[in-house]
This record gives sequence, C-alpha cells and structure tokens, in this order.
Amino acid sequence: MSQADGYNFAYLDEQTKRMIRRAILKAVAIPGYQVPFGGREMPLPHGWGTGGMQVTASVIGTDDRLKVIDQGADDTTNAISIRRFFARTAGVETTEKTADATLIQTRHRIPERPLKNGQILIYQVPVPEPLRFIEPRDSETRKMHALREYGAMQVKLYEDVARFGHIATSYDYPVMVNGRYMMCPSPIPKFDNPKMDRMPALQLFGAGFEKRIYAVPPYTEVKSLDFDDHPFEVQQWEGSCEICGSDHSFLDEVITDDAGSKMFVCSDTDYCRERLAEQSAATTEEVAL
Amino acid sequence: MYVAVKGGERAIDNAHALLAERRRGDRKVTELSVAQIQNQLPLAVDRVMTEGSVYDPELAALALKQASGDAVEAIFLLRAYRTTLPRFGYSEPLDTEAMQIERRISGTFKDLPGGQTLGATYDYTHRLLDFKLLAEGEQPTELETDDRPLEPCPRVLELLNKEGLIEPSPKADARPRDITREPVDYPAERAVRLQNLVRGDEGFLLSLSYASMRGYGDSHPFAGEIRSGRVAVELVPEELGFPIVVADIALTECEMVNQFHGSKTEPAQFTRGYGVSFGYNERKAMTVALMERALRAEELGEAVNYPTQDQEFVLSHTDCVSANGFVSHLKLPHYVDFQSELEMIRRLRRETAERDGQTEEAEV
Repeated sequence: MSQADGYNFAYLDEQTKRMIRRAILKAVAIPGYQVPFGGREMPLPHGWGTGGMQVTASVIGTDDRLKVIDQGADDTTNAISIRRFFARTAGVETTEKTADATLIQTRHRIPERPLKNGQILIYQVPVPEPLRFIEPRDSETRKMHALREYGAMQVKLYEDVARFGHIATSYDYPVMVNGRYMMCPSPIPKFDNPKMDRMPALQLFGAGFEKRIYAVPPYTEVKSLDFDDHPFEVQQWEGSCEICGSDHSFLDEVITDDAGSKMFVCSDTDYCRERLAEQSAATTEEVAL
Repeated sequence: MYVAVKGGERAIDNAHALLAERRRGDRKVTELSVAQIQNQLPLAVDRVMTEGSVYDPELAALALKQASGDAVEAIFLLRAYRTTLPRFGYSEPLDTEAMQIERRISGTFKDLPGGQTLGATYDYTHRLLDFKLLAEGEQPTELETDDRPLEPCPRVLELLNKEGLIEPSPKADARPRDITREPVDYPAERAVRLQNLVRGDEGFLLSLSYASMRGYGDSHPFAGEIRSGRVAVELVPEELGFPIVVADIALTECEMVNQFHGSKTEPAQFTRGYGVSFGYNERKAMTVALMERALRAEELGEAVNYPTQDQEFVLSHTDCVSANGFVSHLKLPHYVDFQSELEMIRRLRRETAERDGQTEEAEV
C-alpha cells in the first residue's frame, strides 16, 4: 500500500467511520428511513460512488473479501477503480466471485446468484429521495415521509397506466420497506426489485452527495408499488444469453457491427462465467463417462 | 463477435500516463513550476483556495498544476486533501477592521475616515492585449511608494449603524456548524448559508447575483465597502487561555447595503449583505454578499418569488465539486438502466403498432 501511506485504514479516519456506523445502525433500526449523516468529501467525484465508498470504508475489516460491480460487471472501469481504491487503502482481499465476497459494493445491479445471510450488499445511490421528482424540496419530502403521505407517487404511477397502459418506470422503481417507508432501490432495473424482498443479506445504501444512508435489514419485506389490476412485473427478454444460455438473467444488449446486428449477454459477468464453468465441467464429466 | 465494451485495469493505467503526458505538453518548453503558478497566477490560486476551503497558496498552486489549469479539478484535489486533515480548533472571529488595507473602496461615500485606496485592480485597465507580455521581456515598473502609516479604517457600515440607518450586524455567539462535517437541513441558518456561498462556484453565484439584479429577485444594492489586505488569524489554545496569532492571511471582504422598506414591527432601514473570500477575489466576495442578502428574503418578510431567493434551490446547487461530479457521472456506464428503458420503449411502440393495426382492420 505504498501510495496510501499517511492515510488511515480504508482511507476515512476512525471518528468519521464511527459517525457513519452510528448512522448505519439507525438506518437498520428504521428500515427504509433516510438517515442524514455528515458525508465527507471523497477523492472520487460525487455521483461516482462516494456514498457507497463511505459505507464500505466504515464497515470493512481486515478479514473481509470485497467485490465491486458496476452494471453487474466486475470489469467496468469505475468498478475497477473503486476495487483498487480499497485494495490500496485497506489492503483487503478482493474477489470477483459473488459467493466468496463478504462485502459487495454495487452500482445499478443486484447479483443474480442469491445472497446469503452474513453478506452485506452496499448500493451506490445518486438520488436517495423517491419523491424528489414529484417534490424537489427536501423540507417538504421529509414531512411527506413523516406523515406517510405517499399518494402523490400512486398518482404518478396511475398517470403512467392511463397514458401508456403500463407503469412506465423501468429502473429505480419505488418500493415500500417493512410497510412503512417508501424507498428508492437506487437505479437498479426493476428486474432486480424482487431480489430485495426478504433478502438474507444486509442491504445498505449510501448517497454521499445527498448525505443520506438507509438500510434494509435481512429478511425484511420489500414491496414494489403497484395496483391490484396492474400488478408489478419485471422485464423479460425473448432470447437468452448468447454466452451461457441463461434465460432468466438480466441481459445487456451489445451492438456487434454497423449494420445494427446485436447480441444479448448476461449483465452479471460472474454469474455468466460461473454457468459457463459448470457447463464445461458437465461436458468434461460426460466425456469422462 | 463479442465487442469489448468494458474497460480494464490497463486502460485506466494507460489513460493516466497519457494524461500526465498531455499535462506536461511539449518538452522543449520549460516545465512550469509550482512557485511560478503561486506567484504569477495568484488570482487562479485565490479561487482554488476559496472554493477549496484551505488557505494554502502553495498547495492550491500544486493543485492547479496537477489539474492542467482546470479550476474545478484543482478545487476538487484540494478538497479531497482537506477532508483528511485533523481539526484542532476554531479560530477567534477575524478582526477585519484591523486589516492591513491594500485596497479599500466605497460606492456609497466619496470620502470617509481612512480614505479610499484603489490598490491593485483590473477595474480601470483598458482591456487591450499587451503584446509586450508576449515578448516575455521583464518590464521594470515604476512604483510610487507611500511611507505614511495607515490611518484607522472603521467599517463603512458601522458609520451608518451609529445613526441606526442600517440593521445591526446579526450576532452569532454560538459556534457555527461546520457544513463539511454535518449535513445541512433547511431552512439553514445564516452561518451555514455563508459557508455554503463562500465555497460555492464563482460562475454560478456570479450569474445568480446578476439575475437577482436584473429583475429575478429584489436586489437593489450599493457596494458599501470592499476591502482587501492581510488579517491576523488568532487561536486560543486551551492550555494558554489567551489568543495567539497562528497565521496571517490575505482576505477580501465586501459589505453591501440593501434597501428595506420596513415592516409592521421594524422601521425602514438599510439591510446588510456580507461576503468574503480568500486572497484578492473581489468578484467572489461581491457575489457572496449579493446572494447572502437575496437569501434573507424570507427572514425579512419579503416575497420569495424567484429561484435566486430560494435557499434550497441556491444552496443545494452552489458546490462546483458536487455539480461537476454529478454531471460528469453521466459518462459512467448506464447500460442496465438504458436497457430497461429500451425494453419499455420497444414494448410501448409494439403495443401502439398492434392497436393501430387493429383499428385499421376495424375501419375496413
């Protein structure tokens, strides 16, 4: 950790980490409630994961194994940059395997492989307030949460149904946590929303720029908003992943030439690789038999 | 074939190397030293110190060098350094009345105790390119010096205060909150608003204050006083119990005089707008003073009709590091969100096409 000399373990000083841990404890105690915290300036720009990084820095220990993904992939540049940051400042082990990670910092996806109790999923959140685009003032939205006044969001969703025949929100789809607080799941596709419900792992959300932390404790109910006659539904693809053949994962569309040809591949690179490895192991076994 | 859409560790390393190379530029040209930036680009250094919230001309110059002259990037570098520094105390309030005046002007009084001093300013220069500078020959300048000791320079607004014509300066005895350590909640108190504005982006505040003077606000100010010079920073160490001077910093302060027509409880009197900046950044000090007054609309019982008077609108968007970060985060991959939107749009279009098809059939 040559370049990190002169900095504390995981960059933040211990007082700051303690302050953030207190905010996390409060967030866990009130699932879905946005806890204001003294967000620090980080050496990365706002909107690039500073909230997630502050949460990670506050909960990470020397025994942890960290995985960082962006768009589901371990090899996107910002994921690499954040993983390197912690490898350098905390000297912890990093991994690309979802199953082996104790901490997973993510931007925009939940891994396809179900998470276990004991793992912590840390979301990077740009805008933590689900009501922000309905009411821009924080002083107002805080009141709306306090009074559980969420009618405006139902109206917005209803307007979608009236205009398009569907709820037209496809990512950052609002959820109710533990039947009390409305929460932004961060800009994950709504495809991932069902994974949040009663997830055995602890889910922490950090918004650095907006100075808010919130949480969903393990096994907590997370319900996506909908209507009785327009139940919540997730994206579906006609094809399957052209690398591993998965027909149940979130697929990225890749344009392969200038004639508009395209292919679909798993957005979760670790899941795709794991399935490929299983398949080739199975083929080898068959050959051996 | 699968197109390589994802970057890698090597790409990042190479990008950094390329950046260093571009920053250095043509190696036939002498490398720019930090001392040169500090001494010869002092206004750039002042801006970086002010918005970076660290008074350290050398580090600000280093940040400018490292950022290839990009002020916002340099401010970001200095902020990221500042956030790791320990805080060992609060200084005493600065006594700007005791400033070693280098420049002092008033737009309200022709003459006043202590007099006006024009000082170093671009104000009355004709903006003609000086091609002599292009030749890079040192031009000896003839400076007229004045050895007379400085007269005391009482603040202009205090002269008005003696007559009760201006509101007294709001007293703030409590230790101000530190907005770099605590989240802001609205409505924010004056100390918080001022901290936010001083750290705010100069261009944003300049444009907002311009708007507030052009009808998008209720701003009719007079520049009561602008003063620049050096001020002593005093600290009371716990073990001593009396103040000692720990630094000597250059500062620019601006006090605006604004109209106020009075209310049911208050007689008509002038109101204040206060601004300050590190170094000789007069533009910044003035815009802070204008915006500080604009944001007092609510507490003074004025109508809040424009974004320039709206605390949450102004204070949430002043910070250049935050603004730049959030805008530039659009450069990050959004494949997943975009894919979700593509799926939705395709579905909606398919449904519209199907519906239109059905209507046509029905018509036939």
